[in-house]
Amino acid sequence: MENVRLIEIKEDIMSDNKVHADEIRADLKQKKTYLINLMSSPGAGKTTFILKTIEAINKRIKVGVIEADIDSKVDAEKIAAAGIDAIQLRTGGFCHLDANMVAKGLEAMDISALDLIIIENVGNLVCPAEFDTGATKNVMILSVPEGDDKPLKYPLMFTVSDVMIIHKTDYLTVSDFNVDLAKERALSLNPKIRIFEISSKTGDGSQEFADWLVKDVQKNIQQ
Amino acid sequence: MHELAITEQILNVVLNHAKRSNVKKIVSISLRIGEVSDLEDEWIQHYFSYLAKKSPAAKAKLKIERVPVVMSCNECEHRFQIDVKEMKEIQCPKCGGKKHSLVSGKEYYIENMEVN
Repeated sequence: MENVRLIEIKEDIMSDNKVHADEIRADLKQKKTYLINLMSSPGAGKTTFILKTIEAINKRIKVGVIEADIDSKVDAEKIAAAGIDAIQLRTGGFCHLDANMVAKGLEAMDISALDLIIIENVGNLVCPAEFDTGATKNVMILSVPEGDDKPLKYPLMFTVSDVMIIHKTDYLTVSDFNVDLAKERALSLNPKIRIFEISSKTGDGSQEFADWLVKDVQKNIQQ
Repeated sequence: MHELAITEQILNVVLNHAKRSNVKKIVSISLRIGEVSDLEDEWIQHYFSYLAKKSPAAKAKLKIERVPVVMSCNECEHRFQIDVKEMKEIQCPKCGGKKHSLVSGKEYYIENMEVN
C-alpha cells in the first residue's frame, strides 16, 4: 500500500447521459417535436392509455410511438394494428431506457413529420426514474389496483415526473384506493406535478388529458 | 438491475482518469450517492468487481457516502431531512405544510480515487 496518492475526480456519474439527453431535447425543439417519456409499473395500462389518448387527440396533431420492451414486440404490434406509426426498441435485458437508446429509436422515425412522440418506457417504477431520456415531459401512470402508497415506496419516480395519471379509475368502486391521499402524497414530493384521473376503459378523463396535451404540444410548435 | 448501467459508468469514468494519470492500480474510489437511490452498496461493489476484472480497478474498494434526502417546504421554505427507508406521510416539521420539493438526495457523484 505504499505510495498511495489521491486523484480528484469530481464527476457526476450521470453527466454523460445528461449531455445526450440535452442534445436530444435541443434537436427535438428545433424540429418542433414534443417527446413524452411514459413510465409506470408493468400492467398499469400504458399501451391502452396510449391508444385511448391518440383516439381522443383525434388527428389534431401527428403522433408517433416508440415501444420499449426488454424482449417482446406485443405492445408495438397492438399500436401498429391501430394504424399508428410505431417502432419497437428492444432494450436487450436493460430495465430502463437511457438517452442513447432513445436517440437510436428517434433515428428510425421521421421526427420532422411528427408533432408528438410517446415513448413507452420499460414497465418498472425504479430504474426508468434514474435516467433522463431527453423527453419534453415525463408522464407516469399510477393505476388504482397498485395502491395509493406507491409515492411513499418509489419517491424518485414522483419527483421526476411532470404529470401523474391516476389510471383505471373504473376500479375505484371495488378498491380502497384513496384518490385524495394519493394526490397528497405525490404533491408532498413534487408540488408541480399535474394530476389527471383517467379510465382508458370507460374513456372517463381521456378527453380532458388529450385536450391538455394537444394545447401543450401546440404551444411547443409555436415557440 | 440498473446497478449494472450505473456501475459501468463509474468504471468508465475512473478508467479514463487512470489512463490520463498513468495509474497501474486503483486502490479505492470514493462515491457520494443520494439516499433516494435504490442501489445497495453491497451490490454496487459486487457488480463493480465483476466489470472491473482485468482492469487497473479490479481490486478497488468502493467507499460509498450516502447523501441524505432533504426536502424544502413550499410554504415556509424550511429544509428538513426525510428517511426514505421508513417513508410515511411527509409533513414540514415547522409549519405542517404538505407540499415540498426535493433539494438533495439524488446524487451520483465520484469524488476521488486512491491509486498507486
